[in-house]
Amino acid sequence: MKTEFRASGDRSLLAVYGSGVDQAANEKVRQMAALLSGRSHPGIEAAVGSYCTLMLHYNPLHIGFEELTRHLLDLEKTLGEVVVEGAKTVEIPVCYGGEFGPDLSFVAQHAGMGTNEVIALHSAVSYHIYAIGFAPGFCYLGGLDPRLHAPRLMTPRQNVPAGSVGIAASQTGVYPLASPGGWQLIGRTPLRLFAPERQQPILYQPGDSIRFRPVAEDEFRHIYQLDNP
Amino acid sequence: MTTALRILTPGLCTTVQDLGRFHAYHMGVPASGELDDYAGQVANWLVGNPATAATLEMSMIGASMEILAASDIAITGAAMNPQLNGRPCRQWTSFFVKPGDILELGAADNGCRAYLAITGGIDVPLVLGSRATYLGGRLGGFQGRMLAAGDVLARGAGPLQKAPKTLPWFPLYPETIFLRAIAGPHDGYFCNQLARFFSTPFTVSSQCNRMGVRLAGDAIERDADAPESILSEPIAPGNVQIPAGGQPIVLLKEQTIGGYTNIATVVSSDIWRMGQAKPGDQVRFVRIDLHEAHALYRDWQAFLAGIESLLAGC
Repeated sequence: MKTEFRASGDRSLLAVYGSGVDQAANEKVRQMAALLSGRSHPGIEAAVGSYCTLMLHYNPLHIGFEELTRHLLDLEKTLGEVVVEGAKTVEIPVCYGGEFGPDLSFVAQHAGMGTNEVIALHSAVSYHIYAIGFAPGFCYLGGLDPRLHAPRLMTPRQNVPAGSVGIAASQTGVYPLASPGGWQLIGRTPLRLFAPERQQPILYQPGDSIRFRPVAEDEFRHIYQLDNP
Repeated sequence: MTTALRILTPGLCTTVQDLGRFHAYHMGVPASGELDDYAGQVANWLVGNPATAATLEMSMIGASMEILAASDIAITGAAMNPQLNGRPCRQWTSFFVKPGDILELGAADNGCRAYLAITGGIDVPLVLGSRATYLGGRLGGFQGRMLAAGDVLARGAGPLQKAPKTLPWFPLYPETIFLRAIAGPHDGYFCNQLARFFSTPFTVSSQCNRMGVRLAGDAIERDADAPESILSEPIAPGNVQIPAGGQPIVLLKEQTIGGYTNIATVVSSDIWRMGQAKPGDQVRFVRIDLHEAHALYRDWQAFLAGIESLLAGC
């Protein structure tokens, strides 16, 4: 598909590289974002990607909309020649069930299987990170096993602890920070997924994959102490 | 660093803000910052600070505080009837305060948000390059939260001014707010309603916060063949979302990605006007094209630079 450019106000340009949850379009978004952040371009202030769209925040005093689109099309032509840092798989330890995953048994019942089977299926695959946003470090993941799809809570919880791993319809993911939330909570990670004082505040980027590794409660507490000084 | 202020009563929603955090969008961290950055910058220039210094943003009801260090202070934005030691003092002008002074602000008479700048700027740690509070992410500002009674704030170093500075005029905040906006990025989902969107008045509802302002009015319906929501996309400040129900939401500075269609986007030189919108105000969108919007942007930047040099000179 030919890239489509839309104005999102006078300081932001939305480049559309495809439609739907499409790994090829997402790859293009990721590579363009990497190219743009790797060099400095006069007037381009930030690039943020999602599933199949990339937004450029720009300063109209330094670059116009047409010039920016030409620049992006030129960059697109070089995509084949550029080696972007390889995608990695980040392992996230999760203690499933109990106080950490109060809705694990509901998800198991809903799926018509045992809780161990839910844990095995949820931790069996790597989830592609399509986008990061909505909240600091929050990932939009693809690839949840259809057998694990489960409805959102009828009434959202007022306070979901940081690190909670949840399921909502066809999505799975982790709450990096404590917040209200309506997902079915099946476990919790002891890792601090967003730590603004770290050199790298988050452990992953779009294009990487996340794999959940089941851990017992004592390992959870051990890692928690190491990661939460 | 100088211990400068003790909060006695915090007001309704008082936070530390600056011009925003622009290099962490890719981690899901939005810009945040002064919702009326026009008033925020002028407050800083009045006390001799750069535009980027941190200020206090107070919404609807202002804070009271005890002064702990000799400083220049300026209050701009919404009219909140400030009093220094029980005596009324003017806004949009700088004044000198000394330890033991009590500064009290009241409810907003005109506009919604007031800005307090102090010599050297409010000194809180830089988080990802900015001092702005991001309430949703609990980061930046003063411990990532709204100020509370008893909080003690420091200020940066800076020379005290020999004489007060005054802006020779100041903006009033009308109850009918005109917002110039560009159609899109999803105007294609609203072909049948676009003209109506740009001719209908909306009312600011009580659901407004630093994330966005929800408007009430005749519902804007998407075209019959258009989807209700979209796959999550990056968003920009000023985007006007049309969620199910058709009541528009003007997004401010606290989000990076969203899943609703945006019928139009308020131009950046007008977004500050939404920072002064209060429940009951009327909003009307005025359609302009991108070319006009960029001309406006240049004019607006020149206007701000003019104020800066005017206040630097006096």
